[in-house]
Amino acid sequence: MKYLCLVYSNEQLLHSLPESPKDAECQAYAEQVAHSGRMLAAEALQGVATATTVRMRAGQVLLSDGPFAETKEQLAGFYLIEARDLNEALQLAAGIPAARVGCVEVRPVRQLVV
Amino acid sequence: MPILQSATALAAQIEQLYQQHSRQVLATLIRLLGDFDRAEDALQEAFSAALVQWPQTGVPASPVPWLISTGRFKAIDKLRQQQRFVSDGEVVLAQIASEEAGDSFALQMEQQWPDDYLRLVFTCCHPALSLEAQLALTLREVCGLTTEQIARAFLQTPSTIAQRIVRAKQKIKAAAIPYQVPPPQQLAPRLQAVHKVIYLLFNEGYSMPCQQSAPDDGMQQADLAQQAIDLARQLLVLHFDTESCGLLALLLLQHARRQARFTARGELILLADQQRQHWDQAMITEGIRHVETALSSGRIGAYAIQAAIAAVHSESPDSASTDWPQIHALYQLLYRLEPTPVVALNQLVAFSMCHGPAAALMQLAPLLADEHLAQYHLLFAVAADFHRQLGQNGEAINFYRQALALATTNADEQFLQQRLQDLAAK
Repeated sequence: MKYLCLVYSNEQLLHSLPESPKDAECQAYAEQVAHSGRMLAAEALQGVATATTVRMRAGQVLLSDGPFAETKEQLAGFYLIEARDLNEALQLAAGIPAARVGCVEVRPVRQLVV
Repeated sequence: MPILQSATALAAQIEQLYQQHSRQVLATLIRLLGDFDRAEDALQEAFSAALVQWPQTGVPASPVPWLISTGRFKAIDKLRQQQRFVSDGEVVLAQIASEEAGDSFALQMEQQWPDDYLRLVFTCCHPALSLEAQLALTLREVCGLTTEQIARAFLQTPSTIAQRIVRAKQKIKAAAIPYQVPPPQQLAPRLQAVHKVIYLLFNEGYSMPCQQSAPDDGMQQADLAQQAIDLARQLLVLHFDTESCGLLALLLLQHARRQARFTARGELILLADQQRQHWDQAMITEGIRHVETALSSGRIGAYAIQAAIAAVHSESPDSASTDWPQIHALYQLLYRLEPTPVVALNQLVAFSMCHGPAAALMQLAPLLADEHLAQYHLLFAVAADFHRQLGQNGEAINFYRQALALATTNADEQFLQQRLQDLAAK
């Protein structure tokens, strides 16, 4: 099963709390997951101020500045992992350092029906 | 050698098998078939087959493995028929059919049953499901209650409960919540989740008077408190754990008081006023035995301490001769594990029994200021009671009125109204 682990956090606080993870720690955890063979992709994201939202309406591309929805916590990064089941995925998600200051939403990836 | 018997006796025997073993058959079928709905269909098919075949063949020597094996074959047949229409039919079929089913099948089923039951419990109480989904799913799958019985117990419509169960099963499938007993390093938090479900089920049943008139439609009212006790007992038998032991003890010691907790009209009777000769002594004895086991294991948890408190009450003939200093000490211990305002309130009540209501009133202020307790009717009832004992009737009436405004059950409301009437009469 593939799971997408979405890391959310208040980006004003993500790097400034006492328990905030440093980049080196995040990198180390990502490497650890990669070595376990369960990593498909993982990236940290730039802040939502850099986001552009794209819509296609009546053949026209509509762009708007900012994220899809203004929320208290923002998408800060993601892991795409391969796990045996939800328990294994949850365990990996719990280890993501940013989970200490934000939260991680774990979503099973849907197989397209073709 | 199968024994042939009369049709009615056989039907009764099959009914009894269903009552006693359908959960066992279901738990194993879910593992073998990898799907709740498929397993439930297979369970019904297996019992239907028994009703048709056993009158001719007699009851098999090992009926439970027969039912599991029959259910599994029925599911395989059905999948073969549907293969063209089910997207993953072929894969599923290959998995299911590869499971060994030879002579050793019956023996295997007997050996794996405890694990299958635990798998079912842990899956239904998985913390990735909402708590209300866990409760409904546990009652439906583990306890075997009907959707209607669950709906009645939670004062919901059957369609709400049915939807809750369907969604929970969909999540189990789509998110791949595994059908397994958690590995040792994850067991403690997962057991806590199971304990919580059992305790909530018990409380749901315990908050209602036990002798309710039978509903007009004749449908049996599910006894959630008894279901919770059965679950706790089964859990403890299959997997020893100190807190499982403490939980079972607590439920037994509380349930032992059920006949004494309400008047015939369903009004609540306080612990101090209960007729203790109506407490169930056999249940108390069993509960105390489990408390002692839990306390002697060295790792003491919150359920064991609460059970120990209940045990102290059980051992005293009346409220006045209760060992209140010991109860107060136990609440202090509990507060260290669970520093909640509710525990603090109970500790204060025990303190008042040791040192009097005036001393207790002096310590009440921080609790009255605690926003977590602002909606908790018992806080105001306790405050009222301290004032009532001191003869401060005006203050007592004020607090009883606040408690009444926050009370959520009929029994509580009746009790508080009675207290108000008594004070008004003075």
